[in-house]
Amino acid sequence: MNLELFLLVAAALFSVGLFGALTQQSIVMLMMGLELMIGGVILAAAAIWHYIAPASSDGQVLIVLAVTVMAVEMAVGFAVVTALFRQREVDMTDEAAELRG
Amino acid sequence: MLGDTVFWVLSVAAVVSGAMVFRFDSMPRATYALLLSLLCVGGLVIQLGLDYLGVVVILMMTIEMAIMAVFMVMFMMNPAGLMPMSMVHNTKGAAAVCAGVFAALAVGILLAPWPGRAGTMPDADPTKALGLALMGPQMLTMMTLGVTLFATIVSTVVLATRRGRYDRFGDDLRTRPADDPVRGGVGR
Repeated sequence: MNLELFLLVAAALFSVGLFGALTQQSIVMLMMGLELMIGGVILAAAAIWHYIAPASSDGQVLIVLAVTVMAVEMAVGFAVVTALFRQREVDMTDEAAELRG
Repeated sequence: MLGDTVFWVLSVAAVVSGAMVFRFDSMPRATYALLLSLLCVGGLVIQLGLDYLGVVVILMMTIEMAIMAVFMVMFMMNPAGLMPMSMVHNTKGAAAVCAGVFAALAVGILLAPWPGRAGTMPDADPTKALGLALMGPQMLTMMTLGVTLFATIVSTVVLATRRGRYDRFGDDLRTRPADDPVRGGVGR
């Protein structure tokens, strides 16, 4: 085990999550892709803390931040889906394209 | 040796179950595949010596996926996955983008001149170090996170409420009786 292996696993998780976030039409599935991406970030932060800077707590604080982002993303995502569905019975990304530039 | 085995098992399980999230037809199955993937991430974090944060990730993901499973069943048209279904768009383009992102990240990871370990592992508990950091030099981070979570609570309630008191009582909250779509209640 070394830093590179952990980071490669984190990169794989991030890429798989990105694939899901880009391809899925359901907004809920899209959020699952985002969760996977943040999971990769958490793993990378833990690996950096362990292998590069264990004496400072900054890596740990970054994990706390990523976990909070995960919770906020889930909560706000579900609230937006609920509001959108109430308003227009839409739960697909393709139908929610008003803000398209 | 044992550490290597644990690392490979957890890593492969994390990536494979992460990929299976987007292959399963059944929504609960996809949710639990994501749960398995994130539990493996928590296990890897514990393996890196961050016991507290690893357990936090594991506990949080368990609850989060339990809630997510409910929402999946609510919002998907075919929650049980009894029929195969495909709800994807632009698969080829996304696959190309993701392969490119992974290749770029891997090249960066393998070629970057990573610095050696600065300082030693703290003799004391890393959890204690985290607590001292959050209550000391990282206090601003902690306060920002707290305010963000509070704002999230408020905004999710506002977004998810069908009709609030301003809908019922008007902008100045003085309209009586309340403007409800269905009449009812005492005296109405």
